[in-house]
Amino acid sequence: MTRHIGDVILQVDDLHTYCFTRWGVVKAVDGVSFALRQGETLGIVGESGCGKSMTALSLLRLVPRPVARIVQGRVLLQGENLLDKSEREMRHIRGRRLSMILQDPQTSLNPVFTIGNQLLEAIHIHHKGSPRTLLSRAINALSQVRVAAPERRVEDYPHQMSGGMKQRVVGAIALSCEPHVIIADEPTTSLDVTIQAQYLRLLREIQEETGLSIIFITHDFGIVAKMCDRVMVMYAGRVVESGPVRDIFNHPAHPYTQALLQSVPTMEERPERLYAIEGQPPALWELPPGCRFTARCPYAEARCEQTYPSSFAVGVDHTADCWRLQEA
Amino acid sequence: MSETPLLQVHHLKKHFPVTRGLLAMKTIGWVKAVDDISFSVPQGETLALVGESGCGKTTTAKLILRLEEPTDGEILIDGQPVHDLRGNALKAYRTAVQAVFQDPWSSLNPRMRVRQIVAEPLVINRKMSRAAVAARVQEVLDSVGLRPQQANLYPHEFSGGQRQRIAVASALISQPKLIILDEPVSALDVSIRAQIMNLLVDLQQAYHVSYVLIAHHLATTRYMAHEVAVMYLGKIVERARTEALFTEPLHPYTRALFSAALPGHPDITREEIILPGEVPSPINPPSGCRFHTRCPVAQSQCAEIEPEETDIAPGHMVACHLYN
Amino acid sequence: MAQVLPESVPRSTPDGIVQETLPSRQFPGIPLFILVFLLVLPGLFAPYLAPHNPIRGSLRARLQPPVWVQGGTITHPLGTDKVGRDILSRIIYGARISLAVSLVAILVSGVIGTALGLMAGYFGGRLDALIMRLVDISLGLPVILLALVFVAAIGASFITVVVVTTVLLWARYARQVRGETLSIRERDFIARARVAGASHFRIMLRYIFPNVINTLTVLATLQIGAVILLESALSFLGAGIPRPTPTWGSMIADGRDLIVVAWWIAMFPGLAIMLTVLSLNLLGDWLRDRLDPKLRNI
Repeated sequence: MTRHIGDVILQVDDLHTYCFTRWGVVKAVDGVSFALRQGETLGIVGESGCGKSMTALSLLRLVPRPVARIVQGRVLLQGENLLDKSEREMRHIRGRRLSMILQDPQTSLNPVFTIGNQLLEAIHIHHKGSPRTLLSRAINALSQVRVAAPERRVEDYPHQMSGGMKQRVVGAIALSCEPHVIIADEPTTSLDVTIQAQYLRLLREIQEETGLSIIFITHDFGIVAKMCDRVMVMYAGRVVESGPVRDIFNHPAHPYTQALLQSVPTMEERPERLYAIEGQPPALWELPPGCRFTARCPYAEARCEQTYPSSFAVGVDHTADCWRLQEA
Repeated sequence: MSETPLLQVHHLKKHFPVTRGLLAMKTIGWVKAVDDISFSVPQGETLALVGESGCGKTTTAKLILRLEEPTDGEILIDGQPVHDLRGNALKAYRTAVQAVFQDPWSSLNPRMRVRQIVAEPLVINRKMSRAAVAARVQEVLDSVGLRPQQANLYPHEFSGGQRQRIAVASALISQPKLIILDEPVSALDVSIRAQIMNLLVDLQQAYHVSYVLIAHHLATTRYMAHEVAVMYLGKIVERARTEALFTEPLHPYTRALFSAALPGHPDITREEIILPGEVPSPINPPSGCRFHTRCPVAQSQCAEIEPEETDIAPGHMVACHLYN
Repeated sequence: MAQVLPESVPRSTPDGIVQETLPSRQFPGIPLFILVFLLVLPGLFAPYLAPHNPIRGSLRARLQPPVWVQGGTITHPLGTDKVGRDILSRIIYGARISLAVSLVAILVSGVIGTALGLMAGYFGGRLDALIMRLVDISLGLPVILLALVFVAAIGASFITVVVVTTVLLWARYARQVRGETLSIRERDFIARARVAGASHFRIMLRYIFPNVINTLTVLATLQIGAVILLESALSFLGAGIPRPTPTWGSMIADGRDLIVVAWWIAMFPGLAIMLTVLSLNLLGDWLRDRLDPKLRNI
């Protein structure tokens, strides 16, 4: 692998995004901090409702208003706090410096425009130039995602393409303005296994060519194992553990990470019985004051219920929020 | 195994017409969704059908469930041809074969209480007293790990995992011999999947029920299935006992599929076989071996001659010219 | 561990975004109050509430203005018409007709439309094509012309009004129910019912119908207003309930010639129609938001 990992490009400090609903305040993101280096792939893993997608939307300042609001925190992209920017400035940052690939290619492309049209639209926002140079830029973007015969494909409508091809086009749109950071929110969940493999390899190759930083949001530890350098495990709005991918797989420190890794069947061997985490995640509008995993944790003690644990270092760049680590 | 397998599928075909025109509908082609497949499932075992979208695994499930009529071939349950059943024999079949579907948010009628949902197969097919039905409902709810009081609630009061438990309870209530599991865990959260997989495995041991498992997630099939059949464009390209298949996949498609599966650990690096292109349309499938257009080891004969299903070892079938 | 959720809790969607409904409308207290006092109570208890006989007036008291206008008396609070009948009493009795016509017409057209819509959506194919063409025809019929033809053919009566409204309204139910059925039919619980061996009839009745009731409730509420308007229009044209039975529509027709000298004859029934229909629409909108937010376009 010829990847170079550089300096911190994106830093998030103590981010809080809450949803104000008529049932109460839903703490979708409740104190998330992390740093992403240039050329690095960071995985954010968690189950539905853990706040991983809301974290991503918060970085782009695209949280669904008026229900959701970023109430606290800093998002520093190359040293500039995005939360201080005006909406106008944000429009210049989205796509150009920070871009996103969504889960479902069916809904992220507009069915009534050709894909060339949609690519040009994305390029046009950030680049001026003659129609011809813009078009050649669009064709370049398509060939970058290995779409065969891009000159002809720009004329196609989304319905003329397969799911895998559409997701590549979505990728091309996201990459067309050479962003520094791209957030991929489960980009392969709707794809078939072999098409997923194609797509993941493509992302890897593009990263090697351009030195892009990727935030990969997923629920699948397989994708993390294959793609990521570092992982952040989220549970009920908080990061419970983060660290280099091998450390997490070899020495998971948080009981939730341990349980998740044990509960996933693998291709390589068949365990006698899968470890199952009983119960389900807590409702986000009535969170307990202490550790949110307490109710499902095999090691829960009295203090876990009362106070949220602080982060303890368990290795180089590897931390976990669990009281059990205090003694160690 | 000398006794007759519970489920036998012989040369099953399902072709859907592709039509054009509104009133005078003209057939302009056929989608060969399932094209001559055969397999059998013994009592108490699980057969997994794996493959990518469009390979025909879901159509096969629908045929076994009598939700579709086959174009050709037959399906036997306990030696009885399923699609000829009428009257009481049909009712008996309806209790003997049940299904659990993928999406627990769409598979339960939101306007029925849990006890009604669970009881439905009994109410429709058997004449039983209310008290007997209620007692049986309590029994199955208990066996899937739900509390008796929850029988009076509506589905929206449950989480995804619990809903899937309700669906399993309803499939179990008529003491079926075969349950079709159509991607039973893929819509669930990661931490819930293991609960449901373990539940299904436990129930199989307790009631000696057979499963046909439709899945695209290979690790799931490894955990749950005794035998795996790999499908590609309406055909079974390889079929073997699970351990044999996972230790030594033979068909080039199986190998590519396995190599594309995500690893369980970052240190595992598999040989990466990235298949070129996408699955061809089943309307006009490629001649000869259907996989030859994407096969990394295709030879000239592959485009012309369809490979025969060959038993390489006892219980290990491959349809590929490499092994002929 | 049971996580029993209160009804309509924000469920996190698979992408983790908490879904929230639009800011909910206020409870329609005033519209409901108006409906009860203008339509429901008078409709049910007209003989006990009306101060005078609605059909027989006294010529001595003809064309009296409302009580707050000079020359008005407390005996006839809303005045009298040209043959001396009490306007208030006639409005109270008129509510009866409005209520009866709308309930009967909604019920009949609802039953027919729902049944046909269910069958069209569930079975599809030729039956669907046939029913939907009938729907198109029905929606294209010229209302007034149709009513006049019916009156000419079978005479003006309560039945005629109900028949005319049913012919016009069933199609809306059929179309809406068919659309919903099409999407419900594809859901897995229908497949499960078929696997369990449920008959077509059972599937339609126990699985699909309960899931369209919300839609039907909303549609019916909004339709009551439409029926009241239609009935008034028919009565106004003389094609509705025959005189001397008081209806809001025929009262307006009666007052039309005298609008300059005795504005109250047409004004009060007109006001009654407007307030009732407006209230029904507000109630319907609220119900729609409550029961079925995806129905914003009916």
